[in-house]
Amino acid sequence: MMLTGGQIVCESLIKEGVDVIFGIPGGAILPLYQDLPDYPQLHHILMRHEQGAAHAADGYARATGKVGVAFATSGPGATNLITGIATAHMDSVPTVFITGQVARAAIGKDAFQETDVTGITLPITKHNYLVMNASEIAETIKEAFYLASTGRPGPVLVDIPKDVFVEKAEFEYPETVNLPNYDMPQEADPEQVQEAVQLIKEAQKPLILAGHGVIISRAYDELMELAEKAQIPVITTLLGISSFPETHPLSVGMPGMHGMAYASLAINEADLLLGLGMRFDDRITGKLSAFAPNAKVIHVEVDPSEVHKNVRATVPLIGDLKKVLQQLVPAVEPKSHEEWVQRIEELRVEHPPMRPKVTGELRPQYVIQALSQATNGNAVIVTGVGQHQMWAAQHYTFTKQNSWITSGGLGAMGFEVPAALGAQVGRPDAVVWSVAGDGGFQMTMSELATMVENNIPVKFAIFNNRYLGMVRQWQDIFYEKSYVATHYTGNPDFVKLADAFGIFGTRVTKEEEALPAIKAAMEYPGPALIDFVVAQEENVYPMIPAGGTIDQLMEEPIEGHA
Amino acid sequence: MAGHESTIVAMVRDRPGVLNRISSMFRRRNFNIVSLAVGQSEQPGMSRMAFVVNGDDATVDQVIKQLRKLIDVATVSPISEETMISRELALIRVNANASNRAEITQIVEIYRAHIVDVAPDSLIVEVTGDEDKVQSLKNLLSTFGITEMIRTGRVAMVRGMAQVASQNGRTDIT
Ligand SMILES: Cc1ncc(C[n+]2csc(CCOP(=O)(O)OP(=O)(O)O)c2C)c(N)n1
Ligand SMILES: [Mg+2]
Repeated sequence: MMLTGGQIVCESLIKEGVDVIFGIPGGAILPLYQDLPDYPQLHHILMRHEQGAAHAADGYARATGKVGVAFATSGPGATNLITGIATAHMDSVPTVFITGQVARAAIGKDAFQETDVTGITLPITKHNYLVMNASEIAETIKEAFYLASTGRPGPVLVDIPKDVFVEKAEFEYPETVNLPNYDMPQEADPEQVQEAVQLIKEAQKPLILAGHGVIISRAYDELMELAEKAQIPVITTLLGISSFPETHPLSVGMPGMHGMAYASLAINEADLLLGLGMRFDDRITGKLSAFAPNAKVIHVEVDPSEVHKNVRATVPLIGDLKKVLQQLVPAVEPKSHEEWVQRIEELRVEHPPMRPKVTGELRPQYVIQALSQATNGNAVIVTGVGQHQMWAAQHYTFTKQNSWITSGGLGAMGFEVPAALGAQVGRPDAVVWSVAGDGGFQMTMSELATMVENNIPVKFAIFNNRYLGMVRQWQDIFYEKSYVATHYTGNPDFVKLADAFGIFGTRVTKEEEALPAIKAAMEYPGPALIDFVVAQEENVYPMIPAGGTIDQLMEEPIEGHA
Repeated sequence: MAGHESTIVAMVRDRPGVLNRISSMFRRRNFNIVSLAVGQSEQPGMSRMAFVVNGDDATVDQVIKQLRKLIDVATVSPISEETMISRELALIRVNANASNRAEITQIVEIYRAHIVDVAPDSLIVEVTGDEDKVQSLKNLLSTFGITEMIRTGRVAMVRGMAQVASQNGRTDIT
């Protein structure tokens, strides 16, 4: 069948099971857009900014496990995607970006809206392509989806010159990819599995560090079995949140810079760490030489380059986490670690999770707890980056698998709005709450229009502290309260803004108003926004300074707390 | 943490931009390339590259793993000193005149190098060998005045008997 390049793109996307595309058209990609009406299976959502398109594809992918897809035109369209691509890259999110490029003859001539997009995105994609012939589109898209979704997932970009979209070629979708040396993750080396079993057997104070990999490989059940069978307490990293129910007796919560003090202290005392699909990020380890000084390390990872990168593994297990756990669980002997579990409980009592002072102000931690209560832990929580993100991680009780979506590795403010949009599109029946900073929200709030247009009923909790709060906190602690360029003195009236966009909006200034407002927002059959005017200068505790050690742990003094 | 030079040979798909992907990765990860040589391999559509990198063992381990992650890179094999045959080629333009040309020619012969171009006031010397040999000839010729030099960087292979073990290079993934 002879088709145009644009038609081949559409046919290929349908073959890959794509049903939604986030994007914005422009000259170079227009021929592809003009083919879209012939493919009603491909639902296109017109975003307001390409960063929004990229984060939406990311949020969709994280919420569904499917590949998220975004379109953008050449030049500024493509460069606007960059933050979103980098976010997906840092957090291993399966995404495919299709960008228009100037016509082949114009490439390299500094043509209007020409940018070297494959060059720019080289270090922030798993792989990328410039497709110079329509006859290569099908196999390229096949490869792109394969690479994006297998192994350690990530973003793949396909750049297609304008005239390639109109060139005709024979369309036949390949059954297989020709990537002879691309390793699909397998089971781990059986000998190393035995070594790991032995280490688990010998350990008195083992801890699991469950990362994003548990969610990506859907190894929830295997994680649960391992934890219960060998009675190993489970710490979840920032991106591992919602891989293990926080109501489970073995759940210890999040470690690291703003993690629970008892989780970080437990790591310090542990004699064995099982890192499952995580990469010992500096926000977890702090100063590497002082991290987990007494622990041997079993590191289960799909990406060999993560092993020994930051923390030296005693036993590395390279493979697909789910498969490796399926090898490990039957081989591990049932055990109990009553003393150790008891010790962690002691740490928890000595270093309780933050109990915010009652000051009469609206405490952001309280708002998160109210949200947790009102949604019964059943919502999908999408956050921005900053204090509100950490409070959400700390104070929401996550019990549902894959119910937490956050920009971890890149820490991209502005993620909260479009990623929530994408998550809601992917999970139309879920209650999706965007826990937003007043700063981050203002970076991408134009996507409210996209939500209205497409009736995407995300609920927003704006943590309006009139500050770039997390930066202000650093200025408070490390720069003698010199609040340079962090104070917002002209925030918009978010309720009026909601009104302008045509969505539900209300303001909360007192704690007793929080629950009713949250319920009202959820009852409203469309996008809704709550402006939580929270205490301005609240800090996130506990805190271990960047590159610090557990000895530098800062906790809120307990006196005076409710 | 002692840094040392290690030789790594990679088979890569012969595609536009592949060199850029590799050099971009080295730059982005702050790896230190001493030399890089690339050319056709025995397999159609595949190039073979030889890298010399400077770093401690952990860095070299990362270089190898990060190279393997690149989709266009097929195989990556570290080559140990003991099993390695390595060569480098250099062209050296050296000042020469009637009075010292004979002396230069003699040195070139001792090194089994060749004079590949003669001009009234200069010679071009071609030398092939391991880096030590190239380096020492260069040092000797520099007394006459080297006006131009180009070196290919190290190319390397594993000696016959050692080849099988290191060819696919997966053994060190721990
Ligand atoms: C795009 C981007 N720019 C800057 C930063 C640096 N930064 C980290 S947290 C933060 C403050 C975020 O403010 P807000 O969204 O209001 O959240 P808050 O910390 O106040 O809860 C800033 C500026 C960032 N992470 N991302
Ligand atoms: Mg703020």
